[in-house]
Amino acid sequence: MTLARDVDVWREAPTGAAASTQLLALTAAGGLAWRVTRRSSRGAAGDAVTGDPGPLSDDWVYRLSRPGLDRDAAIAALHALLLRAARFEVNRRRAALPNLHGADLDDLACQSADDAMMSILRRLADFRGESRFTTWACKFALVEAGVKVRRHAWRGREIPLTEAVLSADADHAPLPDAYAEAQLLLIALREEVKQRLTARQREVFVAVALNDVPIDVVAERLNTTRGAVYKTLHDARRKLRVALTARGLGIEGERP
Amino acid sequence: MNQDTPDEPGRLIERLVGPTDQELSCEECFDFLDAYVELHLAGTAAAADARVPRMRAHLRGCSACRDDYDSLLALVMADQTDSS
Repeated sequence: MTLARDVDVWREAPTGAAASTQLLALTAAGGLAWRVTRRSSRGAAGDAVTGDPGPLSDDWVYRLSRPGLDRDAAIAALHALLLRAARFEVNRRRAALPNLHGADLDDLACQSADDAMMSILRRLADFRGESRFTTWACKFALVEAGVKVRRHAWRGREIPLTEAVLSADADHAPLPDAYAEAQLLLIALREEVKQRLTARQREVFVAVALNDVPIDVVAERLNTTRGAVYKTLHDARRKLRVALTARGLGIEGERP
Repeated sequence: MNQDTPDEPGRLIERLVGPTDQELSCEECFDFLDAYVELHLAGTAAAADARVPRMRAHLRGCSACRDDYDSLLALVMADQTDSS
């Protein structure tokens, strides 16, 4: 999967009626070869959910891959499915968007469905039949909508650079015994963050791990991808675990 | 996510230093998310973890991917409820 490439593509994606026209043009251009004889591989997830996803899923792929009126109908049906999924996600996350209402929220869902449709048609050959096609397709709409909601919620806000959560200063109330070890770890962690991490690792760690800034927001500000930011965070965390283990502070599973 | 939930101090530490288990990347997580969710809904968490090793650790470490997992799980569950 290439989230990075898709995000770049999605940014340029048309919306609304223009999207449908370009979607048809995209598939007609032959970018989505699909052998009619292909059957669902039906991996371990093949019949995980009630019903047999194989033929139905293949039917989706077949109809979306062949020029003609049937594909137009399939695209319309898929778009309705994606829009429903995107609305579902926007509704789940609407508390993050107190300034958006009704039509604005629905516009966000429509943009998400349009962008998801572009990605799905471009990546139709990636569908391996390990789930129902509808589940596979809906994840594109959910991720699109989730990313849009998070980024919209942070629009115009500065990314915090504070390390306050690591503070174990005297102004904190005494911690229960159960927290004592955690407090020791936090004190050590504060030192190791300053000593061990590169500037970029520290920037990402402070934003994502310490201040709960959504990783997609950090990725947008750094002009990179979720995967790249998470890799930076992962490497930073590993450095910190190794350093803490070297201090004798048990982080299970790590060896210096 | 209904997976191994550490106690509160443990959650804080894990949020900061991440899971110690091997993880998928975000890209791999996206690729396998649909199959993983369907296997979970079939009631076989062990089968899901066997089919997609390292997914569980990634979902503990990456809150964005965990949100995606939670949402897809909720959506498919809602579909199942509607159709039953």
